[in-house]
Amino acid sequence: MSSAATTVAQSQQPQPAPPAETPPTTGRPEDGAAARQAPDYSSYRVVAAKHPWRWVGTAVVALGVLAVAWSLATNPRWEWGVVAQWFTAQSVVNGLVETLKLTAISGILGFVLGFVLALMRLSASPLLVSVSWTFSWIFRSTPLLVQMLLWYNLGYLYEKISLGIPFTDVRFFEVQTTTLISQFAAAVLGLTLNQAAYSAEIIRGGILSVDQGQLEAAAALGIPAWRRSTRIVLPQAMRAILPTAFNEIIGLVKGTSIVYVLAYSELFYTVQVIYNRTQQVLPLLLVATLWYIVITSVLSVFQYYIERHYSKGAVRNLPLTPLQKARKFFATHAAVPTRRNF
Amino acid sequence: MTETLTAPAATRGLVEITGVRKSFGATEVLKGVSLTVEPGGVAVIVGPSGSGKSTLLRTINHLEKVDGGHITIDGQLVGYEIRGDRLHELREKAILKQRTGIGMVFQNFNLFPHLTALENVAEAPMVAQGRSKAEARRRGLELLDRVGLKDRADAYPRQLSGGQQQRVAIARALALDPKILLFDEPTSALDPELVNEVLDVIRELAKSGTTLIIVTHEMGFARDVADTVVFMDQGQIVEKGTPQDIFSNPQEPRTRSFFSKVLEPAFNI
Repeated sequence: MSSAATTVAQSQQPQPAPPAETPPTTGRPEDGAAARQAPDYSSYRVVAAKHPWRWVGTAVVALGVLAVAWSLATNPRWEWGVVAQWFTAQSVVNGLVETLKLTAISGILGFVLGFVLALMRLSASPLLVSVSWTFSWIFRSTPLLVQMLLWYNLGYLYEKISLGIPFTDVRFFEVQTTTLISQFAAAVLGLTLNQAAYSAEIIRGGILSVDQGQLEAAAALGIPAWRRSTRIVLPQAMRAILPTAFNEIIGLVKGTSIVYVLAYSELFYTVQVIYNRTQQVLPLLLVATLWYIVITSVLSVFQYYIERHYSKGAVRNLPLTPLQKARKFFATHAAVPTRRNF
Repeated sequence: MTETLTAPAATRGLVEITGVRKSFGATEVLKGVSLTVEPGGVAVIVGPSGSGKSTLLRTINHLEKVDGGHITIDGQLVGYEIRGDRLHELREKAILKQRTGIGMVFQNFNLFPHLTALENVAEAPMVAQGRSKAEARRRGLELLDRVGLKDRADAYPRQLSGGQQQRVAIARALALDPKILLFDEPTSALDPELVNEVLDVIRELAKSGTTLIIVTHEMGFARDVADTVVFMDQGQIVEKGTPQDIFSNPQEPRTRSFFSKVLEPAFNI
């Protein structure tokens, strides 16, 4: 009954006249006498919708980009020659190595300590929870610069550091604080503890993002607690942890520049020393900046592939990597280079 | 010493629940529930939402700790051991070992999304039973074949339909050769046309001699597969009996009023 009504309604609408070369469409036998042929649009050419404002926007932005590039290339005060001269100078490369060393050591130690702090925060013991909370509270509330100077000047507060049993006279060893806390040690200590406070929150957030049902299913299957964390929870938590964790690591790369207050010769302090001597301030800052950009770019590539690894099963089909996309592009276009099919 | 009630081999999968109580905060969700399921028996628990069905199921493998009463499986206490005149709570390791004898299938499947179907099934035998990887995979493929999904062994859960996911979850629960299987509303999260493929697998299991305890809203299935139907309301067992007794001739007014709401003839529109 309703199908008949639809047919009537449709037949009242103006029908497009089929172009002459249209092949006859097949009528459906079940439509009976009232059958009418559905209009065939297959011979029409499809014209894509036009977006004039998109072109205007593209032109404006392209002009802006061009202007910036032009000024970078032609303004002699950027002194690209000086930049090129210092970019791979031995002292700069040494500073770069120190920066990478600080980043790697305090990044790894910071995330390990952060992981422990996150587990403490999620434990059932109120003492562990409050110690972890207090740690994050203190180290997130004080400027990194202050922490760094405090660690370096620890010898002023405590002349000697000793290991023994608290509240007794038993001492296993004792050293002068100033010999123990070198510039490097103060830098690593400051960066690590600060990093741990932030990464603890990131890891905790990641663990909380995993559905409780996952833990229940694992427990119901008799999977032990350690395996539950490493095999079931962490791989899933990584998806939430990784983007923010890489943010932190990239922040840490540049955060190491604050170590210049300890006169520790990492990348930033090194270029400062050089431009104080040569007075070529901007080009040398540019040298440091370019290196920071290089490090961040490499890290971003790592981030892409590591995130992709942990997205297994989270998306139905993994998207192609840029490399795979490029290969596919050349495979489909290289054979018929002149054909433009879009 | 602790096993005063050593079970004879024939009673594999006997579940005895005695006076179990459980509260969440101020609400008492189980108010003294007692139920015996014979080895190889199929008990189906029905009742309105919030009646405590799922909680009761979860106490059987100690996912919920009971506040009172006790549960035994083949005469062995779940979650506790007797030492002298005291019940000592078992350590995590011992509880995990007990759970390997009890498979559980969840409403939301709870498959591990980052592992393939086969890896989901093979994980517990490797970790909880110490089987080799090759052996666990071979057994996993057998089980996936049994639920009709051998050809999807390398698919990730999100690449499977709801019904297929639940069948993988059933294969996973079977991987430890449990003597008891618990089903917590196994078809509630499924589209109607996918319900039957899961129920068919459970029907097969009902013939296998494994003790099944099933919480469900599928009354037709309950009538079909159960040898005991248990009606729960407000944390208590109101009535239990054969499907014939409970569905055709309920004694309690609460049972009657519940079935009058859920057993409406289906195609009466």
